Amino acid sequence: MSLAASAGIEVEGLVREFKNGPRAVDGIHLRVAPGEIYGFLGPNGAGKSTTVLMLTTLLPPTDGTARVAGHDIRREGAAVRAAIGAALQEAALDPLLTGQDHMRLQTTLQGIPKGERRARGDELLERVGLMDAADRKVGGYSGGMKRRLDLALALVHRPRVLFLDEPTTGLDPSSRADLWDEVARLAREDGTTVFLTTQYLEEADVLADRVGIIDKGGIVAEGTPEALKAEIGRPSVEATPADRADRDAVAGVLSRFGSAVPAPPGAAAVRLESGENLAEVVRALDAADLAVADLQLHQPSLDDVFLAKTGRKLDPPASEEPAAV
Amino acid sequence: MNELALQTYEMARRSVVKVLRQPALVIPPILFPLIMMGINVSGLDAATEIPGFPTDSYLDFAIAFPMIQGALFASINAGSSVARDVETGFLNRLALTPMQRAAMLLGLFTGEMLIAFVSTLIYLAVGFAAGLHFASGFAGVLVLLALSLLIALAFAGLGAFIGLRTGSPEAVQGVFPLLFVFLFLSSGSLPRDLIEHDWFRIVATWNPVSYLFEGLRSLIIFGWQARELALGFGFAAAIAVLGVFGATTALRTRVAVR
Repeated sequence: MSLAASAGIEVEGLVREFKNGPRAVDGIHLRVAPGEIYGFLGPNGAGKSTTVLMLTTLLPPTDGTARVAGHDIRREGAAVRAAIGAALQEAALDPLLTGQDHMRLQTTLQGIPKGERRARGDELLERVGLMDAADRKVGGYSGGMKRRLDLALALVHRPRVLFLDEPTTGLDPSSRADLWDEVARLAREDGTTVFLTTQYLEEADVLADRVGIIDKGGIVAEGTPEALKAEIGRPSVEATPADRADRDAVAGVLSRFGSAVPAPPGAAAVRLESGENLAEVVRALDAADLAVADLQLHQPSLDDVFLAKTGRKLDPPASEEPAAV
Repeated sequence: MNELALQTYEMARRSVVKVLRQPALVIPPILFPLIMMGINVSGLDAATEIPGFPTDSYLDFAIAFPMIQGALFASINAGSSVARDVETGFLNRLALTPMQRAAMLLGLFTGEMLIAFVSTLIYLAVGFAAGLHFASGFAGVLVLLALSLLIALAFAGLGAFIGLRTGSPEAVQGVFPLLFVFLFLSSGSLPRDLIEHDWFRIVATWNPVSYLFEGLRSLIIFGWQARELALGFGFAAAIAVLGVFGATTALRTRVAVR
């Protein structure tokens, strides 16, 4: 039995072209095992959301195909939709309806038996901490509350595969952490497969069992966060001289210890060769009589992986202040 | 209740709840046509002196105006509502459920028709309180309500078509003045044979909205006129078929899922 037959995802050469535009998704291949959280990481416009729209059957692929929970997205759309839940970019809620109204509509449209609708809705509202706000119009919810309601609505029919498209973009750190807890619990306790797109490196690092990095429509790296970081391997050291005029001299000393990597203005940084350590760098700078205002050792991060694979840094979107509750 | 009926009921409930929770969507569509009617009745009452004017009460003539105007508001509501669903992604949420696609539009139309029905009852109640005569009696009131509902469906279908096609509530609002022009370039304010300017009379004759007015008015002023009723119901049905077909096609394009 293929891994997608139960609750996984198999993508084979998926392509999406838009009229007069570049290929938004350019022949990607990926596999997500049942119960796995797969982080799909990339900047704006990389093709993340287009991939999700195709996998959820909302957008037909130009070429290639995929099986979600064992069903072909091109030929078995209804079966795919019955097996999945999705919280797409921007919580798709009606500001004039209450949380309870949304739950009533969703449970009915998902075919939950009449006698179970109310209990199922209350259970989910309780789980995402919205029971107290259930009778308030969604227009007055904060960004975090909307996202949590969106997630609860996606879970109404107990989907085997859950698609979350940038679920925490725009949320404050506390709301983001709450949502991470819920997503992790879904995978751990309910065995739900989660396909999560994000622009946040930390999100992918904390939540995902495996990460796929997408850039310009193609997957440039894939693996567990640990394996991807290990691929980069060595830590980097960044030094900021006390006198900005010494920046080139500091860079010269650092270059003895490894190859230069991008650094903030006024600072120099290198990826350390194996065997080098920070103490030796300090001694060399001291021997060159260079005063240093700041010296940092960076362990490899997914940011470094992204930089190494794409040649540029991934700038995450700014968080927004929570809306008035 | 079978699945389609249940889904339609829930979608209609949503339409009604949304309207009731926005006083700005309830009060003006009812009040504004009544105010317009009041102004017309008091200002244009002298029109009944024109030889050939079909009634000596301008109220009997003018009561059809708020009914058509109310249906026009239903079209704006339906169009804006569905366009907002496209814009916010709510339509995608619905498309991801196993609901029958027909229920999406049936629910919307049922909700808008219900609102138009209540509005028409209010217009009639105000009309009767102000001395409205109804030549076709109680049965005529029922037929008038049926024609009003069909007109509301016709306009809601057009609104939903524009909303789904453009996906922009602003675009729907932008079409509103154009629809209003159709209202005024019709026999809404004067019978066609009493319109003096040739161009206006010709435009009003080609304007299908004239026959909607005349169908409604025939029941109030004349009693039972087969030709006027047939034209009224015929044009309303034709616009409804066009609107509903357009909206259905646009919905299919929007949620092109298998």
